[in-house]
Formats: sequence, C-alpha cells, structure tokens
Amino acid sequence: MDDARIIRRRLSPRLWLAGGWLLLALLAAIFAPLIAPQDPLAQDLMLERLPPFWLDGAEPGYWLGTDSLGRDLFSRLIFGGRIAFIVAFAAAIAACLVGSTLGLIAGYFGGWADRIISRIVDIWMAFPPVLFAILLVAVLGTGLSSVILAIAIIDWTRFCRVIRAEAMGQSRMDYVENARIAGYGRIGIMLREVLPNVLPSIVALLSLEMGIAVIVEAILSFVNLSISTDDPTWGGIIAEGRLSIHQAWWVLVFPLITLILTVLSFSQFGEALKARFDPVLR
Amino acid sequence: MSACLEINNLSAVLANGQRVLRSVSLAVQPGEVRALVGESGAGKTMIGKAVLGVLPSSVRVVEGDMKLEGEDLGRLQPKARRTLIGARTALIPQDPLTALNPSRRIGPQMTDRLVRILGWSGDKADRRIRQLLDEVQIRDPDRVLRSYPHELSGGMRQRVLIAAAFAAEPRLIVADEPTTALDVTVQKQILLLIAELQREHGTAILFVTHDLGVVAKISQKVSVLYAGKVVEEADTTALFTAPQHPYTRALMAATPRYTDPLASLKPVDETVLRGLAAEIATADQAWRRPHG
Repeated sequence: MDDARIIRRRLSPRLWLAGGWLLLALLAAIFAPLIAPQDPLAQDLMLERLPPFWLDGAEPGYWLGTDSLGRDLFSRLIFGGRIAFIVAFAAAIAACLVGSTLGLIAGYFGGWADRIISRIVDIWMAFPPVLFAILLVAVLGTGLSSVILAIAIIDWTRFCRVIRAEAMGQSRMDYVENARIAGYGRIGIMLREVLPNVLPSIVALLSLEMGIAVIVEAILSFVNLSISTDDPTWGGIIAEGRLSIHQAWWVLVFPLITLILTVLSFSQFGEALKARFDPVLR
Repeated sequence: MSACLEINNLSAVLANGQRVLRSVSLAVQPGEVRALVGESGAGKTMIGKAVLGVLPSSVRVVEGDMKLEGEDLGRLQPKARRTLIGARTALIPQDPLTALNPSRRIGPQMTDRLVRILGWSGDKADRRIRQLLDEVQIRDPDRVLRSYPHELSGGMRQRVLIAAAFAAEPRLIVADEPTTALDVTVQKQILLLIAELQREHGTAILFVTHDLGVVAKISQKVSVLYAGKVVEEADTTALFTAPQHPYTRALMAATPRYTDPLASLKPVDETVLRGLAAEIATADQAWRRPHG
C-alpha cells in the first residue's frame, strides 16, 4: 500500500481482536433469523433452565441453555444484539454529529460561540447521565427511537468537549494562520484545515460512544425502560437472569460476558483505529 | 512609484492598554529586503502579523495606517482586504514544523492555494509548484509532493514553505525568523536560498530576525526595534559602519564572535537600557496627551 498516512507497524492485536469480535457479533445480529437455532420468544416449560452444552442435562440445539421460561438463551442473545447494535450506531452517530459540530465551532471560532456552547455543555454535564436517561425515556415514552434520542441528547457533550479542545489546539497552529493569510474563508479553514486533524479523535470517540450506548441501552432495558415489545435485549436478559441466579447462573453470565466483550471491543477498536490513522501520533 | 509596503505611525495596544507598537513607521520599496531587528518581545513579529492581517485578538491597532502597493488596508472592507493580502503577500514562517497541515499531503497543500484563491488550473498550478521546488533545490519533487509533512526534515519543510511563498508571485513576503527553528548547518543554506529567490523574483521582503549576522547578509535596509519603537533606521551598510543609536551599538557588541565566543558575549549595558526606558517614557507621554 502506498498510502503513507497509514503508519505501518506490527499488526496490532487489539485492533484485530476487537474488530473481530465486533464483526462476529454484528454479523450474528444481522443474520439472527438465519443463525438462531430456536425462536427467541418460544416458551417451552418442559425445557426450562436447561444448562449450557457441556453440562449434564443439556439438550442439543440449546447451546447456552434456556431461561426459566424455556427460551433458548443463545437465540435470545443474538436477537438482543440487533437492538444493541441499532442503538449503538444510531445514538453514537447522532451524538457525534451534534457534539463534533458544536465542538469544532467552539474550538475554532472561540469568543462568544465558545462561551455559549461551553456553558451549555457545563449545564448539561451537571445532570447524572443515567438518571437523565431514565428521566428522558420516561418523558419521551419507551421505544427504540426514544432510547436512541435519549442517548444522543445526553452524550453529545462528550464529543463537544474533546473536539473543542482539539480544535482549539489545532487552530493555534501556524498552518491555520497561513491559510488565513492566503485568503481562505473561516468556514473553509475550519472544514479543510482543522477538521481533518481532529478526525482521528472523532473516530476514536465514536467507537467509544457506541460502547457506551450499548451499556446505557442495557441499563434502560434492565429497568424495563427500553423498548416496550417482547423482543429480547441484553439488559432485559440480564434482569431476568438476576432473578434465577441460584437455579440457572448461565442466564445472567452469558449476556454479561457478551455485553462486556462488546463494550470493551468498541473502546479498544476506537483507540487502535486512532493510533493507526493519526499521521503524527500526537 | 509607490512603496510596496508603507507603514505610518502604527500603534497597537493590548487589552490592558499597554502599548506594544509605538508609532512605528517604515517602508519597503519594491524588490527590497528590509530587515526588522530587535530582541524578543520588541514587536518585530507583531508588525509582520499586522501587515498580514493576523494580529491576535488581544492586540488592537489604535492608530496609523498601512499601505500595500498604495492601497490603504484600513480603508478596505474585511473581505477585500483578505483578498488583497492573499494575492499580494505571503509568509515564510518561523517554525516549519507547525506551518504545514499535518494531515494533508504536500502537493495538494501547495497547489490548493493557487487553484482556489487565484483561480489557476490544476495543471498550471502543478507545473508552477514543480518549477519552484526545483528552484529551492528539491531534487525529488514527486516524492516530496506525495509526502505528509512529518515525513520531511525541518530543512526540507522550510524549503517547501519557501517555494509555496514564492509560488503565487507575491509582491511582498514577510519572513518571520525563517531560520531560527532550524539546525545551524541548514540555516545558511536556507538563507542563501531565500536571498537567491528574492533576487530572481524581485520580491520585496520584510525580514524579521534577531540575528545581526543575518541582517548583514540579506538586507539592504534595517529598522532596529526596541519595545515596539523603531530606534534606528538606516541602509544596512551604513548601520554596520556607523551605528547611530547606543542600543544598536550595544547590540553589535553583544554579537558573539568566532575568535573568542564566550568573552565576546556582552549583555546590553545598563546605561543604554536606562536611556531607552527614558526615551520610551517620553514618547509614551507625548502620545498619551492627545490620546487620553
């Protein structure tokens, strides 16, 4: 490859491990109807609390066992991944667009624009995020779009703060002054000179934010404030698993592992991408 | 014929009212190199920034005018002023490390300005840039144009910036200590390069430096600056043969010599500094009276 911007180094294992898990989980979620061995909603009281496949009493076709209503855990997990990924992508992208735009404006223009935007961010961040989310969903009503909206409304400040600081630093660089002397307009400089230099941070944050959105969605569904249908969600499965922890630990443990791996992968993937695409490795 | 750059009575203050430029007047004739010499904080860079219209927002021009090829910059609308400055001037910056956008390749960065601001065709801009890279003795233009700034050495980057500055054939270049951030071994090459391109293109240069050796090599005229005030102005040869102001004499005495570098390092004399302080105080008083 002759693209000098991609710094060639040893293949970073965290990029491949994190990316690999995300790809696997994403494909499983997309093709859930084809992959799932059972109907995730089908209850069968004859098959309740079946253990995972390596334990005595497991049934073939129920790899990770069943919950207390006899629903297949594996099928529920991959169907739950659909909600998790939809929320992750939609909420993170919405938060990113709003937050990065405002951050870029505040950081590059400074002055009044910066003062107003920074005060709004300060006020926003005074709210405890999870309570804020619960409050928002309570007001907006449950449902997929409310969850997405709530997460975007809360978390745009994360982008705004970081991108503001980065844009501010870049704007003091001589190349920005040079562009000004050459006669470029302010907006043009912001988009052409400053934006590409904060892009690696935006990408890293975006990935991190997807992980956070997955957690927030899990929290909301744990307290039954996420989507209102019967569709399985990771948070919902964890909530059910908590009730039967003494009889069927797997119903709690497997969704937790899935959640942790996914969130961790999102953050590591973002960091690894940033390191790879940052031309100077600031 | 009007001067390329004419600064009359320019004063600027900080937000707290402190003067950073004290009624500065100077002119640069077409094709002439005028050195602006002084110690750190004397306001040399500030003058350059004022001319280019990029003063920091904390500095306010309160008096005086600047004429670029006869056009009064203060009377122009901001947009027209930007266009004029963009078309007629260029900057060779102090620090080649931060003066190039780290996330864009050199080639597009250099041609972009010609294409977008001056409306050249891509081909014409490309040919022009290659010609200039040849003039600054870059032997492998293809590689350089494809590179990102961090892939080039400081000296190479400064060559690129010099080429970029001359590319649009500006009438005036502000060179802001262009050799200060460079390795000593590269400084002389870069200086010679600027001098050579200046002669060939006939571009006027406002050359900001603190190095009297550089002044002697490159400039025809000198303004000596102290605390934002021009304390002496002369032809370069005249200044070196017969410096008039005690501060200029002290600066020359303070320049290290190769024969005995340590012994020749003399700080500027106390009495000279006291004299300067008095001079500045009287000037400020005289200035404040009509300005409240």
